[in-house]
Amino acid sequence: MSEIVIRAENLGKRYRIGERERYLALRDLLARAASAPMRMFARKPSSPNGNHRNGNRPHGDQLHIWALKETSLEIHQGEVVGLIGRNGAGKSTLLKILSRITKPTTGWAKIHGRVGSLLEVGTGFHAELTGSENIYLSGAILGMSKTEIARKFDEIVAFAEIEKFINTPVKHYSSGMYLKLAFSVAAHLEPEILLVDEVLAVGDASFQKKCLGKMGQVSREGRTILFVSHNMAAIKALCSRAVWMKDGTVNTSGRVAEVVDNYLLGTARSACAREWRDPTSAPGNESVRISYIRIVSPEGGAEITIDTGVQIEIGFENFRENINLGCTICVRSSEGIIIFQSGHRITLNNDSRYGFYQVTGRIPGHLLNAGRYSMDMVFGKDQRWVLFHIDSVVSFEVENTGRGSNMSVAPGFIRPLLRWCHSFSEESLLVKQS
Amino acid sequence: MSLATNVTWQSEDLAIETSISPPSGWLDLNLRELWDYRELLYFFVWRDLKVRYKQTAIGALWAILQPFLTMLVFSLFFGRLAHIPSNGLPHSVFYYSALLPWIYFSGALHSATNTMVENQKVITKVYFPRLLLPMAAVTSGLVDLGFGFIVFVGMLVYYGIAPGRAILLLPFFLLLAVLTALGVGLWLSALNAIYRDVRYVVPFLIQFWMFASPVAYPSSLVPERWRWLYGLNPMAGVIEGFRWSLTGTGEPPNAMLALSTAMVLLLLAGGVIYFQKMEGTIADVV
Repeated sequence: MSEIVIRAENLGKRYRIGERERYLALRDLLARAASAPMRMFARKPSSPNGNHRNGNRPHGDQLHIWALKETSLEIHQGEVVGLIGRNGAGKSTLLKILSRITKPTTGWAKIHGRVGSLLEVGTGFHAELTGSENIYLSGAILGMSKTEIARKFDEIVAFAEIEKFINTPVKHYSSGMYLKLAFSVAAHLEPEILLVDEVLAVGDASFQKKCLGKMGQVSREGRTILFVSHNMAAIKALCSRAVWMKDGTVNTSGRVAEVVDNYLLGTARSACAREWRDPTSAPGNESVRISYIRIVSPEGGAEITIDTGVQIEIGFENFRENINLGCTICVRSSEGIIIFQSGHRITLNNDSRYGFYQVTGRIPGHLLNAGRYSMDMVFGKDQRWVLFHIDSVVSFEVENTGRGSNMSVAPGFIRPLLRWCHSFSEESLLVKQS
Repeated sequence: MSLATNVTWQSEDLAIETSISPPSGWLDLNLRELWDYRELLYFFVWRDLKVRYKQTAIGALWAILQPFLTMLVFSLFFGRLAHIPSNGLPHSVFYYSALLPWIYFSGALHSATNTMVENQKVITKVYFPRLLLPMAAVTSGLVDLGFGFIVFVGMLVYYGIAPGRAILLLPFFLLLAVLTALGVGLWLSALNAIYRDVRYVVPFLIQFWMFASPVAYPSSLVPERWRWLYGLNPMAGVIEGFRWSLTGTGEPPNAMLALSTAMVLLLLAGGVIYFQKMEGTIADVV
């Protein structure tokens, strides 16, 4: 076995709840200081039954969560490791610590070799600068030296296919051109260790394919890669090993096929209905808070099959008044590939109201093939702005139904009921013509 | 692992070892690392300069107009109308020699304060010593100062004033101005990342600070017994020093300058310590 290049021991990261969402203003400090004497007398009412899932409720008056806890990891030179898990499982936090963007609260890690981190496409890009200026700037910020960038400059431009616009400020680029240039810079980074976070989830299909191809090429060069993705197909194709993160720590780690299969099985078992009684743990933000999501059979039956279709029921609290509120779902295959997206425009005349909305959607029968599906949800405003977004919030299974005497599952994502017809004649047309 | 076995691969870079551990101690200023990242410092300065006058009609002329127009206003109100003494110099020379370091300082402090917030996107996505950002902010301001200086040379020629050997000390005063801006900028940029109040405070701070510095008046107006207090303001030493080394008037380096220098070093050391303390987790709060 080759040398260990990343060794992490007991890494933990604690955040104050809300730390990421709002700025601290001095008045908060003053308010806190002013109310401190009161708090000594008033016992906190929430403490006895406010116990959170992971014992996240800590000492003192502040709420903390451990985004990452007791995480230990060893990665050998040349390994390509996929980091999988639900949102909030600690994948990104781990990546941020390993790339030294933030320091851990506990534990330590040692890394041998030059580290490059790609947590975003277009790190360091400046809208006012031209394409070629941005290649230098972004390259330098990502860790390339000036001579290295100069040497690869032509290659970067060629890969991005933007030769003509290289002296145009990137603010005039189309989003596709911008992405291509940004990814091209990142793809030419040559550190020994590459930490990548879901950067492939952008761009159109052909661009994604190109990115995946480049990643595959990089991995064959013997680079060590730690790769976070929700795209199980990509993980399976690129990685030799997978690490499944759950609740802020490593759940299992091992050969990619096994871990991914177990993970998918695990997520599928997580029921077709999810309800959140406690608003503090329910998914949402200051705009909306989800109360329940149910996936049921439209006929009220027990099973969801290809024939019955799927009914989706969403209940949520809306806190945004007088906007055009919309809710969109995105159904993914078990490998994370998007099958379709569909949405409901709840209010059309800027007349959303503060309160509880229930939305029901129906996927017709004879559309989805048998299999496991997961669903992302987006709440939006004016069909443009994202209010709240949650990935794989629920997963469900569509049971197979036979086709005549054939009970096997047909290949493909959809199994539409096509209208077939035929006619018959005893005389051969071919014979007649000749 | 089969993907990797065909490459036997040993680079010297593997000798680079990175240790990651919780924020600790007081000061772990890694000068070696800063040196390794010097190229990135260059790129940050380069970016600041490139972006600063993009899409402006007169571009870098602003670097000249700002001190020049301020000088005209000061000459008119403080000089002509208020009859504030000017060390026997023409008003324009008297004010311009102080406005050069002052406008540099206020600009550098202002942009250093905003570095963490303005570069939030980069800070949360990639690692580099955060110290580079305020360092770049105070460095890029020097270019504007250079433009302003050219005008000053013209003024000296016009008025027939020849600076003496004291001009050799100018780089020292310039360094003092840079370090003051950096020292205070480090404090404010780290604070600004946490408390956004800072950005509202800074314009006031700069305004008050100017009146506490000998920009619009000679420091000889300050009563002798309060001089020591006055000297606690590092910019008092810097500006008096600029004027002295450029025009030979005013006070030569004395105890007040020594006090100012000591204050700069104190501010800088404190700033570096505080900044380092915040650096490790600034990406979480900014």
